[in-house]
Amino acid sequence: MEKITNFFKTFLLYELLKGMSVTGRYMFARKITVQYPEEKTPQSFRFRGLHAQRRYPNGEERCIACKLCEAVCPALAIKIEVAEREDGSRRTTQYDIDLTKCIFCGFCEESCPVDAIVETRVFEYHGEKGGDLYYTKPMLLAVGDKHEAQIAQDRAADAKYR
Amino acid sequence: MIKIEIDGKLIEAPRGSMVIQAAQQAGVYIPHFCYHKKLSIAASCRMCLVEVEKVPKPLPACATPVADGMKVHTHSEMAVTAQRGVMEFLLINHPLDCPICDQGGECQLQDVAMGYGGGDSRYEEEKRVVSAKDIGELVSTQEMSRCIQCTRCVRFGQEIAGIMELGMAYRSENAQIMSFVNSAVTSELSGNMIDLCPVGALTSKPFRYTARSWELSRRKSVSPHDGLGATLAVHVKNNKVMRVTPVENEAINECWISDKDRFSYEGLNSAQRLTKPMIKQGGKWLEVEWQAALEYVANGLRQVANSAGADQIAALATPHSTLEELALLQKLMRGLGSNNVDFRLRQTDFSADGKQAGAPWLGMPIADLSTRDRFLVVGSFLRKDHPLLAQRIRQAVKKGAQANIVHSSGDDLLMPIANRIVIAPSQLVNTLAQILKAVATEKSASVDLADVAVSESAQSIARSLISGERSAVLLGNFAQQHPQAAQIAALAQQIAELTGAKFGYLGEATNSVGGYVAGAIPSAQGMNAAQMLATPRKAYVLLNVEPELDMHNPQQAMAAMAAADMVVALSAFKHQAMEYADVLLPIAPFTETSGTFVNTEGRVQSFKGVVKPLGDARPSWKVLRVLGNLLNVSGFDYNTSEAVRDEVLANGDIADKLNNQLTGVAIQAATGVAGLERISDVPIYSTDAVVRRAVALHKTPDAAAPCAMFHTQTMQQLGIAAGDAVKVTQGAGSVVLTAVADDRLPVATVRVAAGHAATAPLGAMFGAISVERA
Repeated sequence: MEKITNFFKTFLLYELLKGMSVTGRYMFARKITVQYPEEKTPQSFRFRGLHAQRRYPNGEERCIACKLCEAVCPALAIKIEVAEREDGSRRTTQYDIDLTKCIFCGFCEESCPVDAIVETRVFEYHGEKGGDLYYTKPMLLAVGDKHEAQIAQDRAADAKYR
Repeated sequence: MIKIEIDGKLIEAPRGSMVIQAAQQAGVYIPHFCYHKKLSIAASCRMCLVEVEKVPKPLPACATPVADGMKVHTHSEMAVTAQRGVMEFLLINHPLDCPICDQGGECQLQDVAMGYGGGDSRYEEEKRVVSAKDIGELVSTQEMSRCIQCTRCVRFGQEIAGIMELGMAYRSENAQIMSFVNSAVTSELSGNMIDLCPVGALTSKPFRYTARSWELSRRKSVSPHDGLGATLAVHVKNNKVMRVTPVENEAINECWISDKDRFSYEGLNSAQRLTKPMIKQGGKWLEVEWQAALEYVANGLRQVANSAGADQIAALATPHSTLEELALLQKLMRGLGSNNVDFRLRQTDFSADGKQAGAPWLGMPIADLSTRDRFLVVGSFLRKDHPLLAQRIRQAVKKGAQANIVHSSGDDLLMPIANRIVIAPSQLVNTLAQILKAVATEKSASVDLADVAVSESAQSIARSLISGERSAVLLGNFAQQHPQAAQIAALAQQIAELTGAKFGYLGEATNSVGGYVAGAIPSAQGMNAAQMLATPRKAYVLLNVEPELDMHNPQQAMAAMAAADMVVALSAFKHQAMEYADVLLPIAPFTETSGTFVNTEGRVQSFKGVVKPLGDARPSWKVLRVLGNLLNVSGFDYNTSEAVRDEVLANGDIADKLNNQLTGVAIQAATGVAGLERISDVPIYSTDAVVRRAVALHKTPDAAAPCAMFHTQTMQQLGIAAGDAVKVTQGAGSVVLTAVADDRLPVATVRVAAGHAATAPLGAMFGAISVERA
């Protein structure tokens, strides 16, 4: 029986028609292609993009230099130096993330006891030369300042799952 | 021995021991905070609650003595509930600031909370806040709220350091640890409180916020500061020494180290570190490459040897150098044909040379000090010169030993002293002769001391020594630096012989024994440290020596340096040598080189470098090795410091080289000094190059600027009052110091510290000195 069906398939273009039927189906189905950059895919509030350092509403930086993110980072992308500030508080003097090393696992954000280091929804950033993707503390704070509203909203949305 | 059962394991424990000790022996861990094996039992934290069968309530394991047939459960339901409850109470007032706490990652509370605590807190009320107290420059109490009132620091002060500087004030919830009337903690062992504190309430001030415990790699090393040679863990991050902690070594430092060992690491990272070889040309210092510098040195030394004779070259080494460095230095000098090499920089009486049967040492193992029952300590600023040996003697005294002191200063040793004789330095020999005569009379032995009149106090010291079964006669730094050191040693030795006591020297520096073993002493035709300066040489090689601070007579030393044609300074730091030296060779301090220290009990301790040498600095054994090659001295083909060590030690056992036996020293009648006599100590934080540059230590009272100290009577005679500025003159040099009254000094003496830049213009550490109102 199998031999007979195979014999007919050899000249009735069965495979071709089968293939074309897939083509045909997608030709009339709803398109999923996104016209980036005009259009963008929806993002989760847990999206892990570019890092940011946050501040408290009074302008004080959140980071307390506990170095847990540096310790947990599996790619060793974070470098922190600490010193005591004049007011006696523990602060970073250097907080660098090498984005070329970073694997965007989000562990830094998870380990942070004060929600200082976060990953934002920003993924459209680039560097033109070597070193451009080495983010220092002022750069990270600037990202945080720019996107604070969105960051705060995302943390609030995530809060009940934490 | 008593048989008990812990968690089903049958254990034999000595009668009187506590359950927690028995459990520790059996390898069963019982969580605890206030219990510490070296401290008394407080049972205040209640963390070690365990269930004991037939007892209705849980019992604290640290305060429950073992009893026959006792059955202990550390993990039963009752024990676990109790532990969990205690943990919850402890955490009620403990701030959750682990992320910014320096103890984070090495915190006992953190660990025990993870193992025995609940997952979250039910406590919603306000936490207790305790204000910070300023207790000095070394220990930070910035976060006293973290305290769990285990009182380890209080007990440490009372029992180990000998002085209660911290105490617990107020009651119940208001209880807090504080110092008395806000005074600072000044004990020379205070840093150990940081280790003892199971939480982050007492932390290290210099280390504050500089690194987290998990970033540091711990590397084993040996302390280079005193004769003890404590075992250290040097914590390193990014090729930089971040802090130093003790490694438990029952035979040497137990589990303590002195503040000098702990905080001196700051000197290693000092801005004064020399990192490039330098040559002085036309009065200006030029940084050069090693090759150029070493060739310059080799040529210079060769020239001096050829033109004036090798005898005109002298080498001085600090006794804090390693065995290898000292061995290579003496080999280099002897290869050049000079015998002038010495490491005993602060010694002035060398008449024992050749009469000594071997290297002077402690005469017994360090651990033995704890078991002695009678001590005679001659000429020692014991607490400051040997903080941990003093601690051992303190423990022995606590167990009933008697400490007898003969010294020129009645400093408080923080232990009960049975008999104390305080006399002017020139009377030291006479006093020992009195004691010897008293001992001889009691023992009906004959000694040739007919014209010595025995005083009452000498008599009681003699009786004390004779009454002991395990006595020790110890000579301190002061006695070894004394102008009649050989006679003092000979008398002390005779006293020891007659009383059956052990006789020993408290080693001044790390390698005070090692220097002898390495042969870094002049032979019969060579010059010793004092002669090298008294009859100036044309060329000096200085191995980590700062002549103005390290020598017995800085005045003479500086004159000799200034007059020399060539001074080669191997140094880890830029120092005053910049003025008189011709070449500066940067060498590595103990953390950056491998080497060996032989401590005062003759223990050979080798160590490896823990970080890379800073800049172009090189281990000095390598520098000396290359110098040997350049000067064509044979036998300088070592590849490792171990090869040097093995050559020096031959079979590795140096027991036969240690011998305190001294023969043929004649005892002369004391020659009194007309006028004032100088008493000098080397302040605890001025002993060697590294510790002199430790910033935090130099903010402590122990490092205060030197003053001129007098007995009140002496002050009246001189017509000066406390607080006056006085001009102190010795030879051609004079300095202006503040007069301070100290009635623990003998009359007609003035105590002026040596080894300090402020007193460097003065002359010898002993002898006549004049004082006038400035």
